[in-house]
Amino acid sequence: MTTEKIKDTAAMPQAGAPPRRGRHLPRSTETDAVERARADMLREARVSTRDRIGADALCEALIHQGVDVIFGYPGGVILPLYDVWADYPELRTILVRHEQGAAHAADGYARASGRVGVCLGTSGPGATNLVTGIATAQLDSVPMVALTGNVPGALLGKDAFQEIDISGITLPMTKHNYLVRDADDIPRIVAEAFHIARTGRPGPVHIDFTKDALTAETQAQNPTTLNLPGFKPRFDGHPRQVKLAAKAIAEAERPVILAGHGVLIADASDELTELAHKAQIPVTWTLLGVGDIDESDPLAYGYMGMHGWKHVNKAIQSADLLIALGMRFDDRVTGSVSTYAPDAQIIHVDIDPSEIGKNVAVDIPIVGDVGNVLRALIKAVPEVAPDRRTAYFDELAEWRKDSEAISWHGSGGWKEGLLTADYVMQRLGEMTDHDATVVADVGQHQMWLARYYGFRRPDSHLSSGGLGTMGYGLPAAMGAALGRPDKETWAVVGDGGLQMTIQEMLTTVVDRIPVKICLMDNKKLGMIRQWQEIVYGGNYHSSDLPAPQWDKLAEAYGMPTFKASSPEQVDDAIRAAQAHDGPALVWCETQQTQNVLPMMPAGKGLSDLIDDMGQDKPPAEAEPERTAAGDAADTGEDR
Amino acid sequence: MAMNDPISAPAKHAAKARYVPGSGQTHRHVLVVLVNNQPGVLNRVSSMVRSRNFNIESLAVGHTERPDISRMTVTLRGDDFAVEQMGKQLYRLVDVLKVQDLPESGVVEHELALIKVRATESKRSEILRIIELYKGRVLDVGPETVIIEHSGTEQEIDSLVALLGGFGIKEMVRTGTIALGRGSGAIDLDAILRAGPEPAVVPARQTSTE
Repeated sequence: MTTEKIKDTAAMPQAGAPPRRGRHLPRSTETDAVERARADMLREARVSTRDRIGADALCEALIHQGVDVIFGYPGGVILPLYDVWADYPELRTILVRHEQGAAHAADGYARASGRVGVCLGTSGPGATNLVTGIATAQLDSVPMVALTGNVPGALLGKDAFQEIDISGITLPMTKHNYLVRDADDIPRIVAEAFHIARTGRPGPVHIDFTKDALTAETQAQNPTTLNLPGFKPRFDGHPRQVKLAAKAIAEAERPVILAGHGVLIADASDELTELAHKAQIPVTWTLLGVGDIDESDPLAYGYMGMHGWKHVNKAIQSADLLIALGMRFDDRVTGSVSTYAPDAQIIHVDIDPSEIGKNVAVDIPIVGDVGNVLRALIKAVPEVAPDRRTAYFDELAEWRKDSEAISWHGSGGWKEGLLTADYVMQRLGEMTDHDATVVADVGQHQMWLARYYGFRRPDSHLSSGGLGTMGYGLPAAMGAALGRPDKETWAVVGDGGLQMTIQEMLTTVVDRIPVKICLMDNKKLGMIRQWQEIVYGGNYHSSDLPAPQWDKLAEAYGMPTFKASSPEQVDDAIRAAQAHDGPALVWCETQQTQNVLPMMPAGKGLSDLIDDMGQDKPPAEAEPERTAAGDAADTGEDR
Repeated sequence: MAMNDPISAPAKHAAKARYVPGSGQTHRHVLVVLVNNQPGVLNRVSSMVRSRNFNIESLAVGHTERPDISRMTVTLRGDDFAVEQMGKQLYRLVDVLKVQDLPESGVVEHELALIKVRATESKRSEILRIIELYKGRVLDVGPETVIIEHSGTEQEIDSLVALLGGFGIKEMVRTGTIALGRGSGAIDLDAILRAGPEPAVVPARQTSTE
């Protein structure tokens, strides 16, 4: 991916200028001549048989934007678009089984490929079903264009059948949205929407089309210029600020880099690694920053925050300089702000000025693209000899050893014959050469995946970090598999999250999307159960989750199941799924009461981690299996 | 359940607390927001302000010397940090062209109020005297009421309203503050609009192989 992007920019007419590689940066390119010629031929063929209508203008605009796949679900008012799909073979349409799946799939496609994902729904319920996926993309800055149909313009506001004010609903959760009532506006608005979605800090843009806009005759063509005076992201950091930051880095004794999603968006992993090595700074990352740096790099120190590594949080708390790159000091990262990194100066680099000073006060703010700022910083920062940091790095290494030893994983609980989720994550990492695209759902397994898989490649870890959307995993993995077909794609899901969007199993089978599902089945809502144990004094309620017979369910959808109930079965199950040509389910029956540790209780600070709870070994016996058909009488006796 | 071995920060920093943005002293701010004059823009701005947990005291909207650009004047309370943050959040809106937090001095501020006061014959002359004092105008005189127009700063109108309150205010409307900076300095709309247009470029269709 990286090499290909470099090749891409090499063709850019930018002699002398430093290459801009971030996927969210505006790029001028040569149009794919073959595809254009083909589209022109098709258009000519159509013109002879029928009028060119708004739906045609929309399809042409999407093709012009490089769209190759659309995840959607038809309905009454969007049918004019489905009526012309056949004329546009360049646009592959995936029929999902629920619109939420369409939005998550577009999200997964965008994160894995770096291109804008597109989802589609009809008016009313179709549109509202997209909302969760749009909000997920908004909070995680994912470039997405969501298309919906609406009732004809004359019926707007009349409570017509399947009419809802969807623009009003998506307004606070999109980067921008449009209501299109005139077919002549379609090419301009689609061009603006894609530009806004991918430029600067990416985000979802929603376009609502009235039915008559899609059916009216139009000759409007794709625009050659865009006029958005209110949308001018700043890409280059202010030189004075870069200089200040370089000085602070040169003087720091205990610097720590906090790397976030912005590094992936800016495609700046190489620059991050280069700066870390030049100035000898350990790199820590947020949940969405997993993959920013190869985890086998000696300066890759670990995952931070609520369920981050203790040694990482300790390093942050004792730092004298935090270099925050494309991250936003989310509450899951800082805990209580008043006790956060009390001795540290903060350099904050972000392309969105509104992130600077939002959650923590910053000493040296730099507004700009992380990649551009890193390239400037690399030039400005003096090289640091590794021996200057010997004492610091020795201390960090010791903390790391301690922290890994006390985690359940480090203590080797799995060796006693119980299947723990962290062991599955570790084996999955090793058996996929740490190179698969892995999509997490939300919950305990999401944390274990981030902690134990061992990510080596940018854009290989997809996770709903901001909104924490259960049900994200499977549909997003569908999108990721189509966005990066050259990589093995795994959805790591819990038994709770999978049941929220399980209908997409059929989509993967019917559309032959090779997603491997790694199901962590503990028959609990594990994270809820953990909070009820730790925060609510063991007052368990609604965290038991009687499970279906997964193998029968998968079979009904046409998917094979490979089951693992003990550690020694894990490798075989993963291997069998990898060998299967097509989507497959790996069903891991894991420990039911395992906790994600350490954990920072909400409202506490990073120094207040709960780390072992006396559970450094798994409980002596596994709980009785509980299924939908099984015994529910022992509810409430899990502790 | 016990919190084992909390990571202890070095002792010398134990008492130091990091400032939490927005927790400082609040005072009144007047924000000028220039926006594209398009349907729904007011909704976007007010939705943003609401969702970011700010409370607007007044909001006045009208178009500028250019009919395609509207000017909103927002008064609200918050600490400097928080108001700056709100300005940045507003800039995220594609239709917002310019946000300016007006300084406390060097600004002309005005609002307009229409006040319908109970004015029986015995009280009418007293009311008219107050209005004269305040340089207000009488727009309508009825047997029981008068309608008074008054423009001035928020405080001037507040004090007139307080005085008239004793006679009984039957109905009242205020436009909310509008403001302009004094002197020759001005927001240059043309410069803002000159920033666009830009070429509508699209990224190359990338192949998905390394």
